[in-house]
Amino acid sequence: MSITKRFWISLIFSLPMLANMILMPFGWMLPGGNWTQLILTTVIMAVSTVPFWQSAWASFTKHHSNMDTLVAIGTVTAYIYSIYAMATHQAVFFESAAFVTTFVLLGQVFEERMRNNASNAVEKLVDLQAKDAEVMREGKLVKIPLSEIVVGDIIRVKPGQKVAVDGVITEGTSTIDESMVTGESMPVSKKTGDKVIGSTINSNGTFMFRAEKVGNDTMLSQIVELVKKAQNSHAPIQNLTDKVSDIFVPTVLVIAILTFMVWYVFLGASVASSLIFAVAVVVIACPCALGLATPTALMVGTGRSAKMGILIKNGEVLEAVNDVKTVIFDKTGTITVGKPEVTDIVGDEEKVLSFATALEQSSEHPLASAIVKNAESKNIVVPEVSQFKAIEGKGVEALVDGQKVFVGNDKLLSDVQIDNKLREQVITLQEEAKTVVFVGVNNEIIGLIAIQDTPKNTSKEAISDLKARGLKTIMLTGDNKRVADAIAAQVGIDSVIADVLPSDKADHVKALQQDGKVAFVGDGINDAPALTVADVGIAMGSGTDIAIESGGIVLVKNDLRDVDRALALSKKTFNRIKLNLFWAFIYNVLGIPVAAGIFYGIGLSLSPELAGLAMAFSSLSVVTSSVLLNKAKITSRVKFA
Amino acid sequence: MAKILVSIVGLAVIGFIVWWFFGKHEVSEVSADVSNNAQSVDVEVNGGYSPETIVLKKGVPATLNFTRKDKSSCLDRVVFSDFGINEALPINQKEAIKIDTSKSGEYQWACGMDMFHGKLIIK
Repeated sequence: MSITKRFWISLIFSLPMLANMILMPFGWMLPGGNWTQLILTTVIMAVSTVPFWQSAWASFTKHHSNMDTLVAIGTVTAYIYSIYAMATHQAVFFESAAFVTTFVLLGQVFEERMRNNASNAVEKLVDLQAKDAEVMREGKLVKIPLSEIVVGDIIRVKPGQKVAVDGVITEGTSTIDESMVTGESMPVSKKTGDKVIGSTINSNGTFMFRAEKVGNDTMLSQIVELVKKAQNSHAPIQNLTDKVSDIFVPTVLVIAILTFMVWYVFLGASVASSLIFAVAVVVIACPCALGLATPTALMVGTGRSAKMGILIKNGEVLEAVNDVKTVIFDKTGTITVGKPEVTDIVGDEEKVLSFATALEQSSEHPLASAIVKNAESKNIVVPEVSQFKAIEGKGVEALVDGQKVFVGNDKLLSDVQIDNKLREQVITLQEEAKTVVFVGVNNEIIGLIAIQDTPKNTSKEAISDLKARGLKTIMLTGDNKRVADAIAAQVGIDSVIADVLPSDKADHVKALQQDGKVAFVGDGINDAPALTVADVGIAMGSGTDIAIESGGIVLVKNDLRDVDRALALSKKTFNRIKLNLFWAFIYNVLGIPVAAGIFYGIGLSLSPELAGLAMAFSSLSVVTSSVLLNKAKITSRVKFA
Repeated sequence: MAKILVSIVGLAVIGFIVWWFFGKHEVSEVSADVSNNAQSVDVEVNGGYSPETIVLKKGVPATLNFTRKDKSSCLDRVVFSDFGINEALPINQKEAIKIDTSKSGEYQWACGMDMFHGKLIIK
């Protein structure tokens, strides 16, 4: 029988006794007196309370105890004593057993609903998927179910339809609403060659795309998997409740027995009133509130952040965020757009660019691709190269037409010559936040290429939000100090650590950890170690898979302002966990002594019925407080008062 | 006289509670049988989990079949926090839960309220 049915039965059979209790002062009595009460309560015990008793016994045989142990012992004690009292013509309290059962079940009915509310959010994400799609098979478009789509399929998407899986547009243009996956509310325009995400909604154009990821590999599936893991993860703060829950119930039982003994043996109370105090102790104690405090808040908090495009991987990260004092940023692709462009070429433009392109065309470095792109647009003829060699951390060199040609950063300058006029130009360019690449032949610099990577237009706001929160911001980059300083000044970052070799990033993070917990925000492969070392690693969603794997928080939208939102949400969730735990502890710490009758002398005491009501609502209130996290306001900008 | 009797019985019951719940008691442990590159263990959920400790072989796909016989809402979900699993256990219904055994180690599982615990050892 379901909890709801058990609740209704016990409510209906309790009502006559409630009427009896309320109307007694007015001279109305329940017809049949004690006998009617006995029959009503027996029905409740047999139907609604027996499952508590069964569960309590099953766990007792395994040396365990739970909530049900307390409810079972409390109600059965009241019930059996009342039968004894009836036989010996003393006052009975059948209604205690009946009301406690009703209230506990009422609490469980609500709680069950709330718990389902808390956990359902992510499962709804999966329902967002398209059910079928029009796929090109043997030259014709046919409608097939989602599960039959394979990688490489060409799929047509008409206006208003959902994109079935992840892929790349092969034909057509459109704007797509990606809010369900990325949290980005503005529709994004897409053309041939752009990536599309499964489950997003096509708005106005028709396009064809090639499926690249299907089934469990799609972005949505990955997100769902990640969020599920996060929601069920363990926060370190829970270790405390784990310990408490193991000893909670037996301890309460011992306290209840002591309560009875103290009242009966030392204070000379009657058996009945001593027993009422003991039963109240058993019934008011609520280990469930303690157990539910953390998981429910974690579930709602991580679920809500996922909807905003912020994936918090687990409870540990959430807890670590709370103590973060410093936020460290990678520069390229994190603070800046990550698409550098050539702005100036100093020297013989054609010669400089052709040499640089020859050496850089096989590199995947973003600066290299900027050079290659620029050369392509100017139709530069690229010479043959041989004996290609990398100069660790400095650049590359090779033979072109029998001459040793090299391209690299300013660390090369210690080995080669550069005239003063060029040197001055370098400084000017760098102060304009342009990265300077040096091109040389036979130990002499023949020209410069200035490359600029502009900050994202949201970076400045993002940094000022974090500073308003009282956090220190630091930029960590392999780029030249002058360039880094110029970018830092544009976006308002506090301090800069420049000229850092990729392999040293993690060490710098470690050094900064001496002054308190740090968060590191990055996107590249070279950021992975730093993301792992930092107390909180925040990976940009556009970043490489390895960076996303290493980060504790992933920002799907790639918007730097989400760093602040992620911190705000984590803090809010963690504070809610603390509030829940505090409430659950305080409730038990205050409730048990009151129920035991310690404050009886000043007229404060609790009947078992009220204790049962209090118990039911303490766990309900914890779950409700967690669900309310969904509604809590997230202030992304903390203003100083 | 009654008071002395109550005191003695009360203390005896307290003693029993402490011994019964806090004393060292053997925990049922079961190793999975491996056949045809698969392993499975049936877990009965009734006032806790039996067996409470399960040993699985590393690298062999594993299924744990949970059957809840207990009506208590305390046990209506089973959570493996390390694997991101949070399954509802409908009463008297066998619920198969697949476990990724690629990494060895000791993992906890718990009921939805984190009151009852079980241990999973993969080696």
